Amino acid sequence: MINSAIREQFPILNQKINGHPLVYLDSAATSQKPRQVIEAVKSYYEWDNANVHRGVHTLGSRATDAYEGAREKLAKFLHARSTKEIIFTRGTTTALNIVASSYGPAHVGEGDEIVITQMEHHSNFIPWQQLAKKTGATLKFLPLQKDGTITLADAEETITDRTKIVAIAYVSNVMGVTHPVKELAAIAHRHGAVIVVDGAQSTPHMKVDVQDLDCDFYALSGHKMLAPTGIGALYGKKALLEAMEPVEFGGEMIDDVGLYESTWKELPWKFEGGTPIIAGAVGLGAAIDFLQEIGMDEIHRHEMELAACAEERLSEVDGLTIYGPRSRQVGVVTFNLGDVHPHDVATVLDAEGVAVRAGHHCCQPLMRWLQVSSTARASFYLYNSEQDVDALVQALIKAKEYFAYELG
Amino acid sequence: MNLDDLYRRVIMDHYKNPRNRGSFADDALKIELNNPTCGDRITLQIKVEDGIVKDARYSGEGCSISMSSASMMTEAVKGQTVQHALELADRFSSLMKGDAVDFGDYEDIEALSGVNKFPARIKCATLAWNALRKGIDVEEEHHQEH
Repeated sequence: MINSAIREQFPILNQKINGHPLVYLDSAATSQKPRQVIEAVKSYYEWDNANVHRGVHTLGSRATDAYEGAREKLAKFLHARSTKEIIFTRGTTTALNIVASSYGPAHVGEGDEIVITQMEHHSNFIPWQQLAKKTGATLKFLPLQKDGTITLADAEETITDRTKIVAIAYVSNVMGVTHPVKELAAIAHRHGAVIVVDGAQSTPHMKVDVQDLDCDFYALSGHKMLAPTGIGALYGKKALLEAMEPVEFGGEMIDDVGLYESTWKELPWKFEGGTPIIAGAVGLGAAIDFLQEIGMDEIHRHEMELAACAEERLSEVDGLTIYGPRSRQVGVVTFNLGDVHPHDVATVLDAEGVAVRAGHHCCQPLMRWLQVSSTARASFYLYNSEQDVDALVQALIKAKEYFAYELG
Repeated sequence: MNLDDLYRRVIMDHYKNPRNRGSFADDALKIELNNPTCGDRITLQIKVEDGIVKDARYSGEGCSISMSSASMMTEAVKGQTVQHALELADRFSSLMKGDAVDFGDYEDIEALSGVNKFPARIKCATLAWNALRKGIDVEEEHHQEH
């Protein structure tokens, strides 16, 4: 059950901003961290810190166990077949760039196609744009419906035998949309293409089973799912990862180094050159424990309730435009308040203690498609409550009144 | 935190009734500048003759702070020498640091002093002035080439 006891485990939420209790509605940008995660990182540094996979001393093995233990937790969390399929990275961006720069040039050539959507986050957009430019491949876009969803009929049309890679977010960071990744994977596979899934916004909020989705690659960020910044992961099917060349060369990732030739460690370490993000992985492990104690289905249910509540309550605010499908599929609500620029909205909201994101959300192509320069976005997580929705609505009414007066 | 420190009357007036908004039909020097973190964008055009900013116009999209600042900036620099325009840009930077700055005949700009208390919004206010600096740079390079 999600109740106020959960919120109390997030020390940062217990403060006032500009004289008002903090209402944090920017979890799609980054989530806050529970005490359990903060303590795990602290305890790692106070007791276990050492480099991994080397020294024979006790701390060295404790650090290695902690790091590899986190990998096991993540493998189970995503239902991967093996820990060999989990590569720790700096975050989603790095994970997607590994696929684009290693798998990409080896499989994509002139005249081939890469299929994405116009609503991808820049991190799942630019790597493919660059790959297309480098290889002479064509970048194709799955058409978007008016509400930001895609149709499988369109996907059948767009994905062809020339398509080598389909890359799409499971959940959009702006539109509150979940894409039918499992069905898209089946279509991609029928044409001999792989599917790369940007899981930055899905992993924190719902149960993810990479085997059931049958995706080939899946990228995620720890900091959006209660873990520290600087840790993320790439899941890849073992056969694909095994055939791929490393992207970064150096310590940790080698098997044997000669003067003119070197060989790499086995999976997953061949992709983890340099001293890894050990404390970050420990924090991620603790975050996964925390999420699983509550249950991903419960978290998803809670957020859907909040989104439905927000959608209903926000419809009371005159002049508010909400983007995305009628019924929310995730806890993200993107909106604009009449003619008031989203930065101005966000500043008034901040004066009321309400933190929302305003801007293009790293989705400039999507903003152009929506024909807006920017939007405001409220995003919910397990520590938010209906009171937070109330605070948002009240603050928006204030913003509207304030600017109606000033601009009137 | 007092919102009225930020959204002064004179700012909202420039936002509602922008001065020098638009573009020149001829090929006046054009500077396009974005604020990549928030999506604000401005297109500034200036006409410089004999070391004097004869005319300036801007277009673009952004919040009340960035657009009103552009309106005020164009009004302030029109008819000024390039050197004086750059001095005003320096004064504006000081204003954003929280220094008390006198803009003389063009006191409207001083209304933006409150932005200093809203650090996230400083980049909105400085966008137009950065475009001006860039424009003058380009203009001077152009001048030297000929």
